[in-house]
Amino acid sequence: MKALQFERNVSRFAASRVASVLVGSGKGVRVGPLELVELEELEMPGPNWVRVRPRLAGVCGSDLSTLDGRSSRYFDHIVSFPFVPGHEVVGDVEGGTLDGRRAVVEPVLGCQARGIEPECPACAAGRKGSCERIAFGHLRPGLQTGYCRDTGGGWSTGLVAHDSQLHAVPDDFSDEAAVMVEPAACAVHAAFASDITGGERVMVLGSGTLGLCVIAAMRALCLPGALVAVAKHPNQRKLAHDLGADQVVKPGEHKRAARRLSGSLALESGDGSIERLTGGVDLIVDCVGTSASLEQCLEVVRPGGRIVLVGMPGLVRLDLAPLWQREIELRGAYAYGSEDRPEGPRSTFQLAFELVREARLERLVSARYPLERYEDAIAHAAAAGRRGAVKIVFDMRKGGSGPDAPNATAGRADTAGTTKEAM
Amino acid sequence: MWHGEGFRLERLPVGTRIVYGPEALDPLADPDRAIRHALENPLGDSQPLRTLLFPGMRLTIAFDDISLPLPPMRPPDSRQRVIETVLDLAAEAGVDDVVLIAALALHRRMTDPELRHALGDRVFEAFAPHGLLLQHDAEDSSNLVHLGLTDQGEDVEINRRAAESDLLVYVNINLVPMDGGHKSVATGLASYRSLKHHHNVRSMLNSRSFMDIHRSELHHSNWRMGRLIAESGVKIFQIETTLNTNTFPDQLAFLQKREWEWSLRDRASFLATSSALERTPIGISRKIFHSVRAPHEMTSVQAGAVEAVHEVTLANIYRQQLVEVSGQADVLTMGLPYIGPYNVNSTMNPILVACLGLGYFFNLYRGKPLVREGGVLIMSHPTQWEFNPVHHPSYIDFFEQVLAETTDMFEIEAKYEESYATDPWYVHLYRTSYAYHGVHPLYMWYWCAHALQHLGRVIVVGGDRAAVRRMGFSPASTLADALELAEDVVGRDPTITHLHVPSLLFAEVT
Repeated sequence: MKALQFERNVSRFAASRVASVLVGSGKGVRVGPLELVELEELEMPGPNWVRVRPRLAGVCGSDLSTLDGRSSRYFDHIVSFPFVPGHEVVGDVEGGTLDGRRAVVEPVLGCQARGIEPECPACAAGRKGSCERIAFGHLRPGLQTGYCRDTGGGWSTGLVAHDSQLHAVPDDFSDEAAVMVEPAACAVHAAFASDITGGERVMVLGSGTLGLCVIAAMRALCLPGALVAVAKHPNQRKLAHDLGADQVVKPGEHKRAARRLSGSLALESGDGSIERLTGGVDLIVDCVGTSASLEQCLEVVRPGGRIVLVGMPGLVRLDLAPLWQREIELRGAYAYGSEDRPEGPRSTFQLAFELVREARLERLVSARYPLERYEDAIAHAAAAGRRGAVKIVFDMRKGGSGPDAPNATAGRADTAGTTKEAM
Repeated sequence: MWHGEGFRLERLPVGTRIVYGPEALDPLADPDRAIRHALENPLGDSQPLRTLLFPGMRLTIAFDDISLPLPPMRPPDSRQRVIETVLDLAAEAGVDDVVLIAALALHRRMTDPELRHALGDRVFEAFAPHGLLLQHDAEDSSNLVHLGLTDQGEDVEINRRAAESDLLVYVNINLVPMDGGHKSVATGLASYRSLKHHHNVRSMLNSRSFMDIHRSELHHSNWRMGRLIAESGVKIFQIETTLNTNTFPDQLAFLQKREWEWSLRDRASFLATSSALERTPIGISRKIFHSVRAPHEMTSVQAGAVEAVHEVTLANIYRQQLVEVSGQADVLTMGLPYIGPYNVNSTMNPILVACLGLGYFFNLYRGKPLVREGGVLIMSHPTQWEFNPVHHPSYIDFFEQVLAETTDMFEIEAKYEESYATDPWYVHLYRTSYAYHGVHPLYMWYWCAHALQHLGRVIVVGGDRAAVRRMGFSPASTLADALELAEDVVGRDPTITHLHVPSLLFAEVT
């Protein structure tokens, strides 16, 4: 099978990091540790595992961080090399109860997938994302499919998945809609992790795929009093508005927007520009995860307010004085599992299916590339916002734009409502 | 033509009608003597000021703020001349409870140098150090008094000190026909609660134009309020002054002349000035222009009862500014200068550009607008996406947040006005810093209402394209491009009128 494999190669890893720093995100892939290779089919790690033939697999911001050599050293012991990236996956199932059907992979590798009994407290409580055994059991370390040597990942023509990881795709769902279920599930979980009770003034920082999905989830599942999105690029601003933001502002306008929204007073510099707010929004969702974005969060959240960190962070440098003095809560929101709902626990992925359908999130898929053109795909994903795109996916379908297609249409979006500018 | 802090040399199509203002009138030979005469010989049912002054009385002198005149005039400012004379009379009468109030309405507070310029050193030093030179605070509820409702249900709430004085002397500089009359006190010393009754979209749409007080709902409302103020027992002695149109000093005098009458010296001045400005950073050229002091000279002064005084004032303004124009054009062109009423010593942000062109200049008419209904207005200005955050903090939010969502006046008024008017940070900055009131950008947008309803398209030549589009206007690189765009709306070979500013003029369109 064909796969894009990520090797533990220190020199190439360093080269990728240098290139990404000097030239820009996604530019280091040519010299980095990612290669298109021909691999043997993966062995089944245990009972109730099946083979999945990916149809579409997305390129996520966390993938880009990994490829750029920017991801945190924190992950060193919870991934296993070499691995095949790709955790946003829709594919065809071979074997098991879903044999012959399309399924979306829920990539978290918790106790059940690892054959661990009894389950850890987190998995037992339905919080698979917080599994305490992600380096144990009959799999090598790996927090998710796409970071574990034994499972493979979506950027390939084959991976293996535990049947507990698979969610059947309704027949009326396009592949493009299905590949958006995983990022949508992250957003659904983030929305519930925000603990909105209704009426809060909410700001979403960052309007890439994750930010846009969070906006849609907030609008669909919570009752924010006002929802402001911070979006950099015109296409992102339009989508943020379409997906439910009451107001969309550019980066740099976040302080003014939060001040207006909250009616806060502000401390000014001598030239009249706002230094910081005395109040601010009740909740800010950081879908970027950098030092700069966290600093911006601290600038605009009110005393006693909450920051929910959804974008994958790394090593950050941050002045925590405002967090301390204003008693601000900083909370992470990672992955998915089940969500406590008034009607009882519900699978995050099932809620995500509903969100994708309701918000038509398939429109966020902007361009599809065959695996062979991974360098172009990564470069496109890294510059997605600037190029008017949102989600870039690998397309492994026969007869589509996958590697077997005679006329690959990589770089062109053909889904209604998505951007056509992809190359 | 003017193009912000610079000029554009444009060739207007053959057949274009250019409307120039009349020549500057000769000034009063002895303005101080004229002032004394006016105070001694008041109009209407007023007694001479001298007889209204007595020991132990409370005397308040209110005066127009930084928005008048434009540009600021060479010293001595007309306000200084008048107030010094009033104070001399007050001193002679033994009046010692005198307070001066800058009638800001919702405008920004004036700085000490600006107050000193308007009032002169003698007055400033006599009052400011003792806390007797105040600036009206429309948000200071303890210093406002509600006088009642007009027969139209309009709240009349004005400055308490002014209302409770034995005599309120109001000192005007009447630059355009809109200024003065009952608007002086009913607007200049009022609160938002009161102002919102006439500073709104409906009033603006029903003011055709707001420069023609007889057809202006803005003025009708102010007149109702002014009469209620009088009925409430507030005794007002109105002093109004007019200026000639000597607007720029010698080195920029070519701006006021008809181009075909330019001398060699004028041509040389124009070329040298334009060339120098093109090479000068915007910040420096702005500083240079805002340091210009106009050689305005007083052409009349009248005092006494508000309405009687204002009638004579209007006649004197018309004597200087009225131009008869026969028929409307398909297209009206104009160059917009660096200054308007709300950016003295500041930045002309995009909303103020719109307000100057579509509010002020478009409305400089009596009878009919210079451009026909459905016609096109072309204005030239760089329209930089730039704001002064000290003076115009709420403008930034309004432009970047509200206008990004909608330019619809009624929607803006319904959805945003109250929150902008009551935002505590804007209130704080208005009261303690030098910021226009939070609601002010909305008002400036409303002032474009009549023009926007009347016109088929607005085109801005040489403006920042994003800023121009944000306001719903069309950008064009050159006047020729703009005229080509205009043809989409008014057809080929349109009739064109060019409003030549300076000088200020008031078009009687028949």
